[in-house]
Amino acid sequence: MTGRTGANSSATQGPLVDSSAPPERDGVDTSPHVSDEVHQTTCYMCACRCGIDVHLKNGQVRYIQGNRQHPVNRGVICGKGAAGIMQHLSPARLRKPLLRVGERGTGDFREIEWDEALAIAAERLARIRATDPKRLAFFTGRDQSQSLTGWWAQQFGTPNYAAHGGFCSVNMAAAGMYTIGGSFWEFGEPDWEHTRYFMLFGVAEDHDSNPIKIGLGKLKARGVKVVSVNPCRTGYSAIADEWIGIRPGTDGLLVLAIIHELLKARRVDLDYLVRYTNAHVLVIRDPGAADDGLCLRDADGRLLARDRSCSRTVDALASGIHPALSGSYTVDGRACVPIFALIAERYLDPQYAPEAVAERSGVPAAMIKRIAAELAHAAFEQAIELPVPWTDWAGRRHETTRGRPVAMHAMRGISAHTNGFQTCRAIHLLQVLLGTVDVPGGFRFKPPYPRPAPPGPKPSGKDGGQPNTPLSGMPLGYVSDPQDLLIDAAGNPVRIDKAYSWEAPLAAHGAMHNVIANAWRGDPYKIDTLLMYMTNMAWNSAMNTAGTIVMLTDKDETGRYKIPFVICSDAYYSETVAYADLVLPDTTYLERYDCISLLDRPISHADGPADAIRYPVVQPDRDVRPFQTVLLDLGARLKLPGMIDEQGQPKYRDYADYIVRHERLPGVGPLAGWRGADGEDIGRGAPNPQQLDRYIANGGYWRHELADDQKYYKMANRSYLEFAAAMGFLVAPEPIVFQLYCEPLQRFRLAAQGHGAIVPPPGEHDRLARYFDPLPIWYPPFEEQAVDTGVFALHALTQRPMHMYHSWGSQNAWLRQITSQNRLFVHRATAARVGLADDDWVWIESHHARVKGQIRLVDGVNPDTVWTWNAIGKRRGAWMLGPEAPEAERGFLLNHAISELLPPDADGRRYSNSDPITGQAAWFDLRVRLEKCRPEEAGFAEPQFAMLMPPAGLPQAPKQLAYGAQFRRAREAGR
Amino acid sequence: MHPALSVIAFTTATGAGYGLLVWLGLLAASGVLPASRSFALGGAGLALALITVGLLSSMLHLGRPERAWRAFSQWRSSWLSREGVASVVTYVPACLFAAGWILLERTDGAVAAAGIVAAACAAATVVTTGMIYASLKPVAQWNTPYTMPGYVIYALMSGAVLLNAILQASRTESRAVAWIAFVLIALGWFWKNMTWHHDATLSAPTTLNSATGLGGGEVRSIEWPHSEKNYLLKEMGYRIARKHALKLRMFVHVLAFGIPLAATEIAILSAGWTAGLASVIAALTLIPGLLIERWLFFAEAKHTVTLYYGGWAQ
Amino acid sequence: MTSLPATTDKTLGLVIDLDTCVGCQACVTSCKEWNTGGHMAPLTDLDPYGSEADGVWFNRVHTYEQSTENGSRTVHFPRSCLHCDAPACVTVCPTGASYKRASDGIVLVNEDLCIGCKLCSWACPYGAREFDVAVGVMKKCTLCIDRIYNENLAVEDRVPACVAACPTGARHFGDLGDPDSPVSRLVDERGGVDLMPEMGYRPTNKYLPPRHRSAGAAPDHVSALDPVTAEGGFLGWVDRMLTR
Ligand SMILES: Nc1nc2c(c(=O)[nH]1)N[C@H]1C(S)=C(S)[C@@H](COP(=O)(O)OP(=O)(O)OC[C@H]3O[C@@H](n4cnc5c(=O)[nH]c(N)nc54)[C@H](O)[C@@H]3O)O[C@H]1N2
Ligand SMILES: Nc1nc2c(c(=O)[nH]1)N[C@H]1C(S)=C(S)[C@@H](COP(=O)(O)OP(=O)(O)OC[C@H]3O[C@@H](n4cnc5c(=O)[nH]c(N)nc54)[C@H](O)[C@@H]3O)O[C@H]1N2
Ligand code: SF4
Ligand code: SF4
Ligand code: SF4
Ligand code: SF4
Ligand code: SF4
Ligand SMILES: [Mo]
Repeated sequence: MTGRTGANSSATQGPLVDSSAPPERDGVDTSPHVSDEVHQTTCYMCACRCGIDVHLKNGQVRYIQGNRQHPVNRGVICGKGAAGIMQHLSPARLRKPLLRVGERGTGDFREIEWDEALAIAAERLARIRATDPKRLAFFTGRDQSQSLTGWWAQQFGTPNYAAHGGFCSVNMAAAGMYTIGGSFWEFGEPDWEHTRYFMLFGVAEDHDSNPIKIGLGKLKARGVKVVSVNPCRTGYSAIADEWIGIRPGTDGLLVLAIIHELLKARRVDLDYLVRYTNAHVLVIRDPGAADDGLCLRDADGRLLARDRSCSRTVDALASGIHPALSGSYTVDGRACVPIFALIAERYLDPQYAPEAVAERSGVPAAMIKRIAAELAHAAFEQAIELPVPWTDWAGRRHETTRGRPVAMHAMRGISAHTNGFQTCRAIHLLQVLLGTVDVPGGFRFKPPYPRPAPPGPKPSGKDGGQPNTPLSGMPLGYVSDPQDLLIDAAGNPVRIDKAYSWEAPLAAHGAMHNVIANAWRGDPYKIDTLLMYMTNMAWNSAMNTAGTIVMLTDKDETGRYKIPFVICSDAYYSETVAYADLVLPDTTYLERYDCISLLDRPISHADGPADAIRYPVVQPDRDVRPFQTVLLDLGARLKLPGMIDEQGQPKYRDYADYIVRHERLPGVGPLAGWRGADGEDIGRGAPNPQQLDRYIANGGYWRHELADDQKYYKMANRSYLEFAAAMGFLVAPEPIVFQLYCEPLQRFRLAAQGHGAIVPPPGEHDRLARYFDPLPIWYPPFEEQAVDTGVFALHALTQRPMHMYHSWGSQNAWLRQITSQNRLFVHRATAARVGLADDDWVWIESHHARVKGQIRLVDGVNPDTVWTWNAIGKRRGAWMLGPEAPEAERGFLLNHAISELLPPDADGRRYSNSDPITGQAAWFDLRVRLEKCRPEEAGFAEPQFAMLMPPAGLPQAPKQLAYGAQFRRAREAGR
Repeated sequence: MHPALSVIAFTTATGAGYGLLVWLGLLAASGVLPASRSFALGGAGLALALITVGLLSSMLHLGRPERAWRAFSQWRSSWLSREGVASVVTYVPACLFAAGWILLERTDGAVAAAGIVAAACAAATVVTTGMIYASLKPVAQWNTPYTMPGYVIYALMSGAVLLNAILQASRTESRAVAWIAFVLIALGWFWKNMTWHHDATLSAPTTLNSATGLGGGEVRSIEWPHSEKNYLLKEMGYRIARKHALKLRMFVHVLAFGIPLAATEIAILSAGWTAGLASVIAALTLIPGLLIERWLFFAEAKHTVTLYYGGWAQ
Repeated sequence: MTSLPATTDKTLGLVIDLDTCVGCQACVTSCKEWNTGGHMAPLTDLDPYGSEADGVWFNRVHTYEQSTENGSRTVHFPRSCLHCDAPACVTVCPTGASYKRASDGIVLVNEDLCIGCKLCSWACPYGAREFDVAVGVMKKCTLCIDRIYNENLAVEDRVPACVAACPTGARHFGDLGDPDSPVSRLVDERGGVDLMPEMGYRPTNKYLPPRHRSAGAAPDHVSALDPVTAEGGFLGWVDRMLTR
């Protein structure tokens, strides 16, 4: 059917050829009036940020559907998005600012006016800023205004700022950024249209919720082979043509074995490697020297390679050279080898042979070999060519755009392990060896990515923040040398979460999961105020949740809370709200302006950059304010630079005003579309007072479609690079060189050997030497190394239910009917072995704590693995659910069993349960044993906590819902 | 299937009422019964009362009882509608019969004719009731040749036992009625045993493979669409533990059949107050016995929808 | 009305692709959201925030595991009214509230006639009928009758809510009575099946079974990778003229 747009536009998904009503005469009104107004805004039932059409009837939300034109979801909507009405009407919505009156953590509050709330906050924050700004720790969760919140923290002057990335997927982000200048996560996507082989590693749902589903649907329709590597066979893995039920934490072995096979069979794309990567760059081999393992550079700092045609060392990044990929050379007396030679030497080693890794990974050698063969077949035998000429960075014209149609995508199944950074690097290495990054059919960058690798800028705040002074730059950034670390002269962490310290040098997103425990311990120091925005840190984003709750209420000798003051901005009555001293109630997503900015995590497509807004489509019926507006208000009260004008008056009326008028760099603001006085500019241009109207008129988003010749090889495509520089994505239109060899890691190893100005304390040497390998390696996850795996024989995982978003789905009257109790899924054979039957209640015991839940037997799981749905278990009384709600009665939260610290090492030191390189929280390293509980223990989950009181002002949840009846009444009255 | 008390009360009471009406109509016409007003009041009155209470109880089952009258419209296809029509139609001859008998104190002539018509209508109504269940393909335990005759047999049986008790209580012994009751109880017992025997060999009318279109190997439910019970499960997913069912079946054997049969036998063999007492005991145990029988009729019936929830096998 | 039409002009229904459904529940909540304000509004929820939340839903998604000769597989299975050709849910209805439309074959409940006797739900083998306790009447999937012909919606929106929503495109809609319609052809191509054909209800909706998955074997055209041991070994191969 022509003229139809969107994802579901095949002839079998469209309207009837004749969609006029037949004369049935049964009195059915086949053409009821649906809505008075339709507003096109952006969904926020999750971070996928789909475009939605919100239908309003008599001022109430009648229906929410996907926006067909929207680049993210192209008309479809997910299970959560379509339940938006119930999120918007949740009885757990906060109604007014709250001040704690009872003990922390009970829910005993009194309602206060905004003026009082803001005065309390401003007074406290002003005091902190004037004395020691780092005593404010500002951490934000699943929000999408990090460019605002980060900037605010910078202006405030605290280095203690991060968003949720550290406990989320920093391994993926960092490994990608340091390797290819982009990443899976939200910064790239498979070329769904052209790929002929798709491999998915450790993904249950991901942020690109709808795009992945749309893509998988298309692949299935085209008959493209989909391989899912995942210990659990749910969702995407269930429809994969091949499911590889790997043992958790061993993907690195699988991937490196595939690389071994490909190298052995010479199935790697050498041309691609010399053009787009550092494969030919020479590395110094001089064990013991201060520059051993660093890349060879000339006096001007240029990377060098060996040219085979002239047998000389040449500028490795110059075009037209004929670099050697093998051999070893002596340059100015230094022995060097090309990086590729190191790669071949490393991975051709029999320790990476499929046979050597099969048992450990649970993937048979024959299967590994076959997958390698299939990958090679798709990449090399099924190579494709789009009839699109393009010009590379060196000005060479290519008559066609060639592609190797193998696409991969990976997420937290890789990320949430202590070896996740290296495993993710291994996957990127595999992609690059096959020549599949940003080529037709491969993995594609979404602008503003790719960016230079290794990435910049550096994190700010090394001096710990000075009174009444902004930081010199944004608190978060990228470290590539020990000098960049945020440590003091004694080598101690500057940040409360110890990000960018020796414990987590490349912690690009901070390490939010350490904040509460560190602040409570006063390690590295005590703080005054913890400001949390849109995160449930006392529950599902905490490890050791029970302990975290205690830390939040623990008092010192003088009877004062060890974490003196907690401010929380939330829209709902979460578990964490009960632990706040001051609650700043936020609006819901249909009630406010938001901006999904290219400065943050945009909604771009590989075919072009895009950003979007949210705008109020209904007015709040409560005394709540958008947090971003509140933050700007606080900033103005604190007289933060950039938030007040010359007269010292608030610079921005509210967040909407900021979105339009704020400029981060001259001409670069939160939104890229319709800039300039007349709205004709994109990317750079003067603020346009009409900008928001233009967005609204365009369906809530802006999108720029790249020219056909800019769409691929973005890392080396002259036209694209020039565009990116003009847009401000890149400082200069220079090619991005993929880093197969990650030199920054070697710098840390050298520091551990005592080289350089900044060296780690002796206790850190071993970790740095072992894990900071500049080429991808595999090592057993830390918990596995530390506990008796004979006792804790099982891996325990969580997965995201597609219809729930973290902890906040359960307040939704519709979503919670689908899942209000989670089970622990156990393999039938495993259950039989330990004597468990379906529906048994079991203790799930880790080295740290035990949790009780009910099991369900399945076949579709790795036999050494048990798993459950994430964040279904709830604290009694939270979210305004009834006291007997199954979420609290029978649902369980696996987090209780996950320790924030590893068991003590030989020196008795307890490291954070995190990746040693990035500080990524290792949720999925958990090892457990199962034990059937006694009969009298069956039927309810444990641990159980005291019930939270409903906060002042929140009405009881209704006993019955008949939403929609009002529309029918109105319809029938009007008839 | 969910054993709704209203439906259990309805089918049991109307069954007994119509059964009694059948016997009153037939036996009155054949002159076996006393023509006295008090007997007429007791007999026909009880029959009509049981029918009426039963029908009213069935209304409790409806979501919209005020619209119950609409149920008369679809007699061409619906057994429930036919039952509704039949039950109302039955009132006409039944009332004429009762009125004639009570007012005229005669059981011949027009009264007898009305009695026979009432008996026929009553029997037909019980057939329609039985057919409501017997025609439901998704419920294997109901969709059998045993269901409809069962309804008829238990109705006639309970009618006969009641009639015998009334006769005995009003000191009008009728060995014939006692014998009828005796034979019907035996037949009912036999029929119930046959039915249960048949049910024991029943397999689900279809499989989860067929229900999901997934041909081949075993299909197992691993997650429901909703983690708590919904209408389908509450209405059609009712489960009764095997142990519990066996115990209740024992009660049925004893209360609905064993004791009534023995007591009726005693009534046949004895006379006077012994016979009277025995007959009343037969009636008084039969009613709870049949209520339990009817409860099990629902509770033990399994609906194909339970397959989707992994349920039928259990 | 309870008597079934001898034939219907069209035979509208859904086709659901079990090979593609990931069990995301989008069709489930989209259906709920549309219909709770639609033709059969509301779809009441009882105890929505309490211990026994129980609401009316026209579409529910199950998860199964099936043992096959190639090992077991997981299948997500959406279940809604199949708009049968010979549905006893209609014929058992005492009031005429349940009926099948002669024009398009859609099976509907006329709420004004329904007495809430629940018999139709007993007669449906598929569990496709949902009783609204609060209103006292039976409700069910309407095949989005207030969308597919709705002149107040853009033409492209005149599809069932669940079909429009489905992110993987696993749901299809059309006239299954017309052998040449795109959905009928899809059913032919993919070997679409009836559920419980032996019940004799002749469902209109079809399910496309999961495709055969060749566990283990590589596609025929893919040959195994052989280690290359030619002249010069691995590095000899690498050692050739490449241009950056
Ligand atoms: N066991 C285990 N634990 C995990 C994970 C896991 O896989 N397994 N995953 C981890 C990961 S990746 C993440 S990202 C974290 C997420 O964990 P959290 O960051 O704690 O995320 P949520 O539970 O989504 O909490 C978000 C909070 O924001 C509130 N909120 C919702 N909408 C709004 C709004 O509009 N305004 C405001 N102000 N607040 C709002 C919600 O009510 C809720 O309290 O969990 C981590 N925890
Ligand atoms: N519906 C919904 N969508 C969401 C969210 C949500 O809460 N709900 N949260 C959002 C957030 S914050 C995030 S971070 C993303 C996360 O999105 P996903 O990356 O999809 O995160 P998880 O659900 O944690 O899934 C991790 C998957 O990895 C598998 N896995 C675990 N260990 C291993 C391993 O060692 N190897 C392999 N190969 N697989 C493994 C698990 O079985 C699981 O399937 O989702 C985002 N999208
Ligand atoms: S994927 Fe996320 S943003 Fe998109 S519709 Fe669903 S909840 Fe909304
Ligand atoms: S699926 Fe059930 S409700 Fe729908 S038409 Fe068929 S029998 Fe009737
Ligand atoms: S519940 Fe309503 S629609 Fe169903 S059979 Fe009874 S009257 Fe008919
Ligand atoms: S066709 Fe409409 S009513 Fe039926 S399941 Fe789909 S969305 Fe629900
Ligand atoms: S929306 Fe589509 S993929 Fe999701 S459950 Fe429904 S049919 Fe399956
Ligand atoms: Mo996350």
